[in-house]
Amino acid sequence: MGINFNQALQLHSQALELRSRRTEIMAANLANADTPNYKARDLDFKAAMASAIGAAQPLRVTHINHFLTRSQHPDELLYRTPTQMSLDGNSVDSEQEKAAFTDNALRYQASLRFLGSRVQGLMTAIKGE
Amino acid sequence: MSLFRIFDISGSALHAQTVRLNTTASNMANIDSISSSTDQTYRSRQPIFAAQLNEAEEAASGVDVLGIVESQTPLRREYRPDHPLADEDGYINLPNVNPIEEMADMISASRSYQANVEVLNTSKQMMMRTLALGE
Repeated sequence: MGINFNQALQLHSQALELRSRRTEIMAANLANADTPNYKARDLDFKAAMASAIGAAQPLRVTHINHFLTRSQHPDELLYRTPTQMSLDGNSVDSEQEKAAFTDNALRYQASLRFLGSRVQGLMTAIKGE
Repeated sequence: MSLFRIFDISGSALHAQTVRLNTTASNMANIDSISSSTDQTYRSRQPIFAAQLNEAEEAASGVDVLGIVESQTPLRREYRPDHPLADEDGYINLPNVNPIEEMADMISASRSYQANVEVLNTSKQMMMRTLALGE
């Protein structure tokens, strides 16, 4: 039986990809912390991850009167609920964003560590030493 | 890989905050630049920030400096008839720079700058770790 690389690495590589996308979004939020009318955005990581690994069952539209729900676009960027709106219409809370950024970076490194161990495991299996 | 885009995003923010610090420096430097005519008096300058427009609506965006505008608040006028630059009524015009606002602006700009540097550093670390994957 051959080693299926995709299957062996799938979960963590997809987590990494989503994490890096989220890092980018947090960076954009922090970059626009002083931009008037900019609204802080974020990704629904749980929904995006579920859709990436194919666990999410999107609501099926079987009737013309059925609405499309958001769960059909799990990759869609959402807007953060502002804790304190500022007068210039900006909804970025820098402290909250910094915390989210750090949290995300740590989880990225955790995924990376898992992926690294998988790769090492595969290497051991390949070498057979 | 989208981590590479962070360098553009945070880089644009660093540039924007530097422009903001520059205008603050210019405003503070010219706080006593008096003149006799209202047209020639220095006016407080403020940068205008706007989120960068992307072709893809969903993509995260950096920040652009659209331009620098001069504040339209009225100039300070002081009655100093003995001053060589006083106008015929004996008044001199002082810039409409508010030092307290400028200082607050400067602190805000430098904090934002630091936050973005932090983002760049962390992203760089994440990339380096990713490059070392499997070693």
